[in-house]
Amino acid sequence: MEWLYMHMPIAGVEIFWPGLLLIGYAVGVIGGFFGMGGAWMVTPGLNILGFPMAFAIGTDIAHIAGKSMISTMRHSKFGNVDYKLGFIMLIGTMAGIELGAQIVMLLERAGQIGPVVRWVYVAFLALIGFMVFYDYYKAVSSKNKSDDPSHTGATGGVNWAPALHKIKIPPMMHFKVADIHCSMWLPVLVSFITGVLAGFLGIGGGLLRMPALVYFIGAPTHVAVGTDLFEVMISGLYGAFTYSLKGRIELVAVFVMLCGAAVGAQIGTVATKYAKGYGIRLMFGCAVVACMISIILKQFGITAVATVIILGAISVICAYIMIVMFRGAANELREKKLNGSAGAAA
Amino acid sequence: MKKMLTAGGLITALLSLLPAWAWAAGGKATDLVVVADTRALHGLNLYLATLYNQNMWLFATWAVVLTTVLGVLLGVIMDLIMSRIGLDLGKSAGHVEH
Repeated sequence: MEWLYMHMPIAGVEIFWPGLLLIGYAVGVIGGFFGMGGAWMVTPGLNILGFPMAFAIGTDIAHIAGKSMISTMRHSKFGNVDYKLGFIMLIGTMAGIELGAQIVMLLERAGQIGPVVRWVYVAFLALIGFMVFYDYYKAVSSKNKSDDPSHTGATGGVNWAPALHKIKIPPMMHFKVADIHCSMWLPVLVSFITGVLAGFLGIGGGLLRMPALVYFIGAPTHVAVGTDLFEVMISGLYGAFTYSLKGRIELVAVFVMLCGAAVGAQIGTVATKYAKGYGIRLMFGCAVVACMISIILKQFGITAVATVIILGAISVICAYIMIVMFRGAANELREKKLNGSAGAAA
Repeated sequence: MKKMLTAGGLITALLSLLPAWAWAAGGKATDLVVVADTRALHGLNLYLATLYNQNMWLFATWAVVLTTVLGVLLGVIMDLIMSRIGLDLGKSAGHVEH
């Protein structure tokens, strides 16, 4: 069974490479569907494989950058990436991440920062989870009461974006793909705040930025997913560079995970084609809750259960997304065949 | 594809023109002092491990370049495979929220 283990040249350990492929695949599926990097999912997986934790974050960030590139390419073809919005938000994101990291270093010098950061993270995840589920509940209630069968316009859910769009601080910009017209400073400010949080919490930020794009900037869910992946790609490459400089990356593991992620990202991204916006939001809420529970458990030292919850949640969500994709694809191919037969008969 | 290449060029420009960010955001992680054991390695593994030991800047540059190249390559390959399945993978007409 030696062939199942691959030598990591920098860490100097043997790692079960099918495990790396599987992690890459699962994170690719989930990341491509939700528009996030997925670092919170990768670390427990790498821990289980016995991957040296010193290299975990850097390796993870580099692999996420590559995976996000694949997903962004696919989402771009679907018309889900607003590059203009993405580049504008990049300004705020980079500045915000840097400020967040500096705040953490300042607080670290003052005293114990670890538990504070984790509880702040839990609080934000709880807020996001509440917001997403409340939004879903409002939207479903509104739809049930409404006579309009299409519901492609106003969703009746939670949405602060229309109020924020009324702030007319120049320059005003039109973001064609997201179909929003607002002050340039709105996406810069939103991305700056999410960047500060991401830098402070030590996360990539996709988990925060995707709902921010939906609820504060007013982007449709699919465009929020695609545009967020574009941001994750750029911040991931930047993170890969800085962590590589610090010697915290195992490049061979990155390449192996990327091979799994290539397949997973396509499945996750194509699945968005067959999922409604609120379906994506609801599953996103479930992922957020699973992440929050695992952090709480880790805070109390119940690491094994936390790992089981995360890996269990990843498996369930990944399976759901795969079902959405394969079912949708099968229906589409069946309809094409029927239309083709009907056309030939005519 | 054209948009991706433009984006890639802009990213490279960002990384090369703003070195202050490259130093600044790595604050949380400290330098890891590891010497890779190159005695039993060969080929690409040997090259990467030697670079890791001797020239961290070049190693970091290669890490970003190889990740980008592999990401784009795998993306193109998977695109070709998916297009053969027969699904319509072009621009969506519109998105249904619920």
